[in-house]
Amino acid sequence: MTGLVIIGASYAGVQAALTARDAGYSQPITIVCDEEWLPYQRPPLSKDFLLGRISEQNLILRDETFFEGKQIDLVLGHRATLLDLRARQVTLAGDKALEFEKLLIATGSRARRIAVEGADFDGIFYLRSVNDAIDLKARLADAAEIVIVGGGFIGLEVAASAAKLGKKVTVVEASSRLLERAVSPVLSAFLLDTHVRAGVDVMLNETITSFKGSDRKVSAVVLGNGASVRADLVLVGIGGVANDEIARSAGLRCTNGIVVDEHGQSETSDIFAAGDCANHFNRFCESWVRLESVQNAQDQAKAAGFAIAGTRAPYESVPRFWSDQYDVKLQIVGLAGQYDRQAVRGAVDDGRFSVFYYRQGRLVAVDTVNRPGEQMAARRLIAAGISPAPEQAADPSFDLKSLVTAGDKAGA
Amino acid sequence: MPRVRFVQRDGSEKSIEVGRDLSVMLAAVRNGIHGIDGECGGSLDCATCHVYVDEEQASSLPQPDEEELELLSAVSGERRPNSRLSCQLKVLPPLDELVVHVPARQS
Repeated sequence: MTGLVIIGASYAGVQAALTARDAGYSQPITIVCDEEWLPYQRPPLSKDFLLGRISEQNLILRDETFFEGKQIDLVLGHRATLLDLRARQVTLAGDKALEFEKLLIATGSRARRIAVEGADFDGIFYLRSVNDAIDLKARLADAAEIVIVGGGFIGLEVAASAAKLGKKVTVVEASSRLLERAVSPVLSAFLLDTHVRAGVDVMLNETITSFKGSDRKVSAVVLGNGASVRADLVLVGIGGVANDEIARSAGLRCTNGIVVDEHGQSETSDIFAAGDCANHFNRFCESWVRLESVQNAQDQAKAAGFAIAGTRAPYESVPRFWSDQYDVKLQIVGLAGQYDRQAVRGAVDDGRFSVFYYRQGRLVAVDTVNRPGEQMAARRLIAAGISPAPEQAADPSFDLKSLVTAGDKAGA
Repeated sequence: MPRVRFVQRDGSEKSIEVGRDLSVMLAAVRNGIHGIDGECGGSLDCATCHVYVDEEQASSLPQPDEEELELLSAVSGERRPNSRLSCQLKVLPPLDELVVHVPARQS
């Protein structure tokens, strides 16, 4: 039994294969994936792809030339159904089996399903894969009244795209503010204002109790207060669930994702996991986290790829996220979590500002709106463990980059 | 077919064909060019596709916009006058081959 088998061909799976190969892993590498598509970019699916600004072909991230050049076998359209750790074997749908010496699980996450009456009606969509996006885009063209369930990243990005396409859009969010788990109230209020100005109706503290329809096609959503909102298309974006069933069945420890160390290794040696399906202890967050982001998928997969090749390069990146809605570029570094102080830099009304979050005097996260240069500086500050005083952060005339440069010199 | 030539710091080179509508970053990522990460896929979030454009060719390209300039001010590798983010570069006529140099680091 030789070689590396990777389950999943999105950001984490492909990155791990590439890193392992480039770091000198010389055994065969096989990536299996249940999708038929070559590895593609996911972030544009809710934005430029829905708006018709990027074609399916230009979504492709890695093509056949890449896999041939790196001597990586890519097996598309085959779902891994069973993992046998003792036999070191993965069974694919159709009973084909692959033996391995080392395994990386990069099965990602899936959209959490809404469990109310009528949830299986036609016209109710989720968005994760390019196939989801193709279906959504086609139906969006003819839809007039859109209801978005969930005011998180995917919901708000689709809301912005649909509003740009001239649709009547309603966002229904169960909590008291938008993006509640990701950003502070200052930013939630700014985003609310941005969506409302674009003509989107945002309902906070409101839930969906059922869907109404005829001929099994959705026609309205029914709210907790008993009112109905007409809808010929519904997009549900209420979070993700780790695809860790295959690992769980094989006996690997899973707690909201496959538990891995800083090398992406599970508790069983030679079995790795990375990306949306993995749960790791992040020292910047001071907690165990399962992150759904391109950065996490790629950086964690790099660490795993190095470990597979026999090199040690632990995963210790600061989490980073971004979201584009209308002309708002929101960028996030760190996880604010239970912050105890914040400083706002710039003017919220101008739509160009940053929010700095502190925990016990330490800078732990920075959200920036249309300030990419400041975001880059913030990423380097947090990675280097440098905390400007909140008063400095709030003073637009204070040069944050001077701290980074000073830190570089001190470190050199 | 237009081409991009990627030159690594050790002098090694790879020249690849690229469609006129494809960014230099995506061409690099698709071909596994070492040292160009392109983490955000070209949405001007990450500044990890930094390159140095051949000095003679640099002036013939459309100049960077404000957002690119802001990110260039914060690249991880050394910033030079010919620094660009390759997600914003395409091989446009009359160029047949664009030459770019890969920096020491991206993050």
